Amino acid sequence: MAVNDPSTGTVFPTPGAQDYLPSQAVAGDLTDELLATDWWTDELVAAAGIPVVDVPFVSVGGGIGSFVTTDYLRIGGVDTSQIRILSALDHPWETYEYLTRVSQIPRTERLRSDSASRPDNIWGFPSYALSEAWRSKNPATLWQVFVEPTFADFYTPKAGFVFEQIEREAQRIRYHEMLAKGLVRVVRRRAGGGYFTVLTPPEGATATKRLAYRSQFVHLAVGYPGLRFLPDLQAYRTEHNDYQRVVNAYESHEHVYERLMTTPSTVLVRGGGIVASRVLQRLMDDRLLHGAQTTIVHLFRTFVDGPNDGAGSPKPHRFMKRAGSDGWAYQGFNYPKSVWGGQLKAEVRKLEGAERAAKYKVMGGTNTPYRRYWQKQMKQGRQEGWYQLAIGTVDSMTPHQGRILNQVKTDQGVYPLEADFVIDCTGLEADIAEHRLLKDLLEHGGAGRNPIGRLDVERTFELRGTGSGSGALYASGATTLGGYFPGVDTFLGLQVAAQEIQADLAKRGFGKRIGTVRSTSQWLKWFSGKQI
Amino acid sequence: MLPTLNGRIQTRIFMLVVFGGLITLVITPVLPHDPDYRTTYLVLLTVLVLGVAWELVYHGLMQWRWEKDWPTLFGLLNAINEGILVWVVLELGLVPGIGDVPFSTFLVMFLLIWVFIWIWTNGPMRIFHLRWRFFGGRLV
Repeated sequence: MAVNDPSTGTVFPTPGAQDYLPSQAVAGDLTDELLATDWWTDELVAAAGIPVVDVPFVSVGGGIGSFVTTDYLRIGGVDTSQIRILSALDHPWETYEYLTRVSQIPRTERLRSDSASRPDNIWGFPSYALSEAWRSKNPATLWQVFVEPTFADFYTPKAGFVFEQIEREAQRIRYHEMLAKGLVRVVRRRAGGGYFTVLTPPEGATATKRLAYRSQFVHLAVGYPGLRFLPDLQAYRTEHNDYQRVVNAYESHEHVYERLMTTPSTVLVRGGGIVASRVLQRLMDDRLLHGAQTTIVHLFRTFVDGPNDGAGSPKPHRFMKRAGSDGWAYQGFNYPKSVWGGQLKAEVRKLEGAERAAKYKVMGGTNTPYRRYWQKQMKQGRQEGWYQLAIGTVDSMTPHQGRILNQVKTDQGVYPLEADFVIDCTGLEADIAEHRLLKDLLEHGGAGRNPIGRLDVERTFELRGTGSGSGALYASGATTLGGYFPGVDTFLGLQVAAQEIQADLAKRGFGKRIGTVRSTSQWLKWFSGKQI
Repeated sequence: MLPTLNGRIQTRIFMLVVFGGLITLVITPVLPHDPDYRTTYLVLLTVLVLGVAWELVYHGLMQWRWEKDWPTLFGLLNAINEGILVWVVLELGLVPGIGDVPFSTFLVMFLLIWVFIWIWTNGPMRIFHLRWRFFGGRLV
């Protein structure tokens, strides 16, 4: 069974975490002296009895971020012997698939991701739409990307296809030869240059409790530091020990849908983002296609009904406003598209401090795509009365005759609202300091925070303040949100970061520059499926 | 496409000079009404010069879009407004050094180049210029 890392307060499971829990003092462990020292010498590590493994480049995480970064490095000519990916995951898509599956995007459903955002293909060509059209011998997806977003919803790929293609690319670049299983405890700078990355391998896998990877370069892609529940939801769950009827969309909650199929019930859905849309689709599909008799009450904290921006401006600037209606703010992807390569990317690249934070705010905010299928379902639900809207916040939740009594605070006063289930789709993210490794880097590694509080990275994605001799420490993904490049926590964002990291490493002599000739020859290898 | 103004103009010039130039070289002998190279290259130059001006217009229009993108379809349909303007300019004799250009000659040449560049920009370009799509279409 999956176990939560007790130190992080996260709802994401760490596969096999029980194997890593310390049971007794064993040889080769971290000492108090090591933990108190910011710069480690080789002697200090040797004195603790921790074996040292030398490898030039280490990527910590082993999810999609590590995958695309090592993909870039391999295409840039770096041998597998020069790279180690330290991870508790067996496959790079594992955590991602878990999160998408429980938040109601099984393999057969479509993600919220652009056609040319291919983690398995650094060129983005052929796009997913083109590949799908080719495989299915049906030009419908090509037509969709041709007329999107004006005359059709944005094309998005099926989750299953994305995972299959990542698997293909992982085999092609010999990903598993680079994988070293375990949990990373700390990364510390090494006196004399480079870093020590301390790994706790699964129990019994090694003679000592820890291994120290001594490397010139380290890359961190540890994903979301964790998810938090809204305080009132957490309080209810803890106080009443009820984890069945009040659930978070990012934890497994299939039992809710199973129960709804057999028992007519009322569900309170909280949140106005993509996850709320997905959960609503599941509830409405079950009702419309499979006969469930569910009444849905959808609670918005902020009700959008017209042009809007992420800052909640009453009159958004005419050049910075997006569409909205019925509570939702509409946006095709997680960010306005041009953050991944166009005008907004260029603009933010030049911004510092408060100005950058303000720009993030304007283009941020909770939003979801306008999809014709969802609009149709919601319209029918509103007309038939089984999809109801409420605007406000929840003052308190109490058990009441087998149901949950919510006191909903609105502009007009506090109203009682009874529901059989509450599904929290608000997705609050935890602070980076709740992640043990990141906390250690902030306290001992020289890392700092950016204007919105996450890890402060340079335009090259080098973690500012963590340099060590000729070595460099990079970070990409959600932990770096708020930097010179928005959109880091997306497929394409991870590739933008990987491209910058690979180019910076090539300048430092690690791997080759990917110019036109290498790019073309490597693409041909990708296309023909040739292992590299 | 996700262009910046600078990237739009760079991509436009690169595409028309490299691919427009090559296609013109190849197709001129087989175009209707047997035009000479001077005529076809002057047409190409006209498309290029007016095109750069059009990019300023597109950039302005794009500001009204939240995503700050320029959808694939727009890139194809822009052939209509640009083609009409080039044709009008040619008809009015505003391009120095060029004689009478038959409509069919212009249309075949213009559409061939446009469609080729549109397809190339929306796909294969990324194979050869890995950084291009992440930098607003800039090549330098």
